[in-house]
Amino acid sequence: MNILKNFLLQLDRRIIYAAIALAVTIPLVLHFAVPLKPSPIVQSLFDALEALPPKSKVILSFDYGPSTLPENDPMAFAFARHLLTRNHRIYMMALWATGARNLDHTIEQVIEKEFPGKVYGVDYVKLGYKAGDEGLINTLFKDFKGMYTTDGHGTNINDIPMMKDITTLEDFDMILNVGSGRPGTKEWIQYAGDRGNIPIGGAVTAVEALLLYPYYPRQLKGLLGGLQGAAEYETALISKYPQFGTTGRQAQVYMGPQAVAHCVILLLVILGNVSYFLGRRRK
Amino acid sequence: MTMWDMIVLWIGGAMTLMIFSFLYKDNPFYKFAEHLFVGVSAAFWMVKAIQTTMIPNMWAAIWPKSVTGILHAAQHTEPNYVRLIPLGLGLLLLSRLMPRIAWLSRWAMAVLIGFTSGTYLVRYLQSDFIAQIRSTLIPLVVVTPQGLDVIQSLLNCVLVFGVLCALMYFFFSLEHRGVVGGISRAGIWVLMVAFGASFGYTVMARISLLIGRIDYLGEWLQSFGKIL
Amino acid sequence: MKKRVPLIIIFCVGTLFVLAIFLPFPPFPAMEGEVSVWFDILKGFAFVLGGGNLIRVTADKIRKGHPDRFYLWVTLVGFFGMLVVGLLQLGGPIAPGGDFTTEGLWFRRIYDGIFAPCMAAIFSTLAFFVSSAAYRAFRAKNREATILLIAAFVILLGRTPLGNSLTAWLPDFLNFLKIPWLFEKILMYPNTAGQRAILIGIALGIISNSLRLILGVERSYLGGERS
Repeated sequence: MNILKNFLLQLDRRIIYAAIALAVTIPLVLHFAVPLKPSPIVQSLFDALEALPPKSKVILSFDYGPSTLPENDPMAFAFARHLLTRNHRIYMMALWATGARNLDHTIEQVIEKEFPGKVYGVDYVKLGYKAGDEGLINTLFKDFKGMYTTDGHGTNINDIPMMKDITTLEDFDMILNVGSGRPGTKEWIQYAGDRGNIPIGGAVTAVEALLLYPYYPRQLKGLLGGLQGAAEYETALISKYPQFGTTGRQAQVYMGPQAVAHCVILLLVILGNVSYFLGRRRK
Repeated sequence: MTMWDMIVLWIGGAMTLMIFSFLYKDNPFYKFAEHLFVGVSAAFWMVKAIQTTMIPNMWAAIWPKSVTGILHAAQHTEPNYVRLIPLGLGLLLLSRLMPRIAWLSRWAMAVLIGFTSGTYLVRYLQSDFIAQIRSTLIPLVVVTPQGLDVIQSLLNCVLVFGVLCALMYFFFSLEHRGVVGGISRAGIWVLMVAFGASFGYTVMARISLLIGRIDYLGEWLQSFGKIL
Repeated sequence: MKKRVPLIIIFCVGTLFVLAIFLPFPPFPAMEGEVSVWFDILKGFAFVLGGGNLIRVTADKIRKGHPDRFYLWVTLVGFFGMLVVGLLQLGGPIAPGGDFTTEGLWFRRIYDGIFAPCMAAIFSTLAFFVSSAAYRAFRAKNREATILLIAAFVILLGRTPLGNSLTAWLPDFLNFLKIPWLFEKILMYPNTAGQRAILIGIALGIISNSLRLILGVERSYLGGERS
């Protein structure tokens, strides 16, 4: 008992680090998978997208950076797949400067590879990044083309067919935000959703997700929270559109290591409390 | 994968390991990567702001002919001299770098603060105050065609009274004693559940990021296999 | 000039954005749109100011013989390297739309090789620190801490197959004791209640502070003093 007590009380942080590293690496190498079922808040967003009539105009805003790619990229990929399969028009933009690279990544990895028939400027457009944060949303709400005078390639915005009937944010049927902080889903709700009664869908990191629950379901159509939310959306997408069974599992692949790491952390919490109570008894 | 892609991957892998080396202890490799990152990132934001906003929305609006052939913004055929105002304000903002005339930057700051105050006042009032109160006004007793839904009624009570109790905890105009103290204590419990859930989700988020990095390192290791 | 002009600007700009909501006819919407663009442009200048400030502070430290001056040079080299490569669009055609996609663009290579991996790695180290914190600080020391611990435990357990199988044997009428059910309801009800109370509190604070700023009651940004 004393050996256990001393071990727990003097446990080196590097042992904990090694345990976490192994808990993530081993399942990743072994491709350990976890069964998933979409939660109501995820299913609600999936259903909202399903309910949109074909050719709907949807903004996909990439408001995240490289630090949260593993969580946010699968969400953006899943949205792109879903929207293009339903023949919607995607307007890709970014409130974050780092989001522009992720936007390109989605075009390269998903749209160009999996939807070669989709035409730039007709089915999707890359508007890119503009500075201004929530100020940008405020500007777009009044005059979309006043800010986006060109697309991300420098082409005149009026030369792009799918931009012809766009003047303000209120011309869009839905706004999907893939984000990891501020500005993100909250700002889209405040400056666009509530102001213009535009449906908003959120896909955010797990850290951010719980802060957005108060907006659901009245101000937010649905929410993907972290890797789990992304994996649940992939499940919903694959069950409806089985053609994505092989390509659309980015988040699901990561859920195995996630589950094992959770178990290790739970074990650490238990051991930490055992050591605390043993230490208290000793005092 | 081109040779350049490979080189970029190797540098990225090396940078990742340099940052991870901090987990053992602070060391020159970590310091090198950290300082390089600070410099590169500051320039990154600056370049993006200039290229995506200042040139197309300010420069091209004031002097459209100067960007002919570079930026195909035919919309700005006529100069929009009103944009000289943000240019002037922007230059005033930069006066902050010169201590003698730094006070001029307050004029530009005043525009930023004025915009933020004006929009925040309205947007927070609508989305985070009125709409939140509206969303809390839900039935405490839920009756379905099958009869009384006890569980849903209890859950709705948790939501409504939870919000009220937690708000009471933040209300400092009354001393937290007696009934008020009891309500405020219940508010703390509600907040503790919220914070506990936040902790769980934070753990989840951080683990996800580590998974992504380890996957990247796996790709990095595989690139060595391709060469050998 | 130093204090009155900023107060007047804040009053005018702030009032314009409040009025634009209530008076949706010309010239207010157009004015709101134009001033919003100014704000976006000024945010761009703020990034330039940030870069300038970095040079000033770093150069100052180098001049004073800071012990880490080698690393400070690394910062400056990184900054100017990325700045030149980005502004001149080295390796690709000139396109001030900030286009990343062009193959061979050095800006893109530095982003992919240095910026993105460093940023991602710094954030991912938090996984280790949060695990260590879970072991050392996450303890049932009193009633409140125990509630927090239980909530976090259910949330973490709810995301694992173990959590599902632990309570899967329970009969349907005890559904409310199953981990997945508890997980979902904790998020939807007590969590929402707590977060909503915080949200309302913050909103009240922001609304009152915005009013103080617009009316010139709050002046600390002018140099620290209050009226």
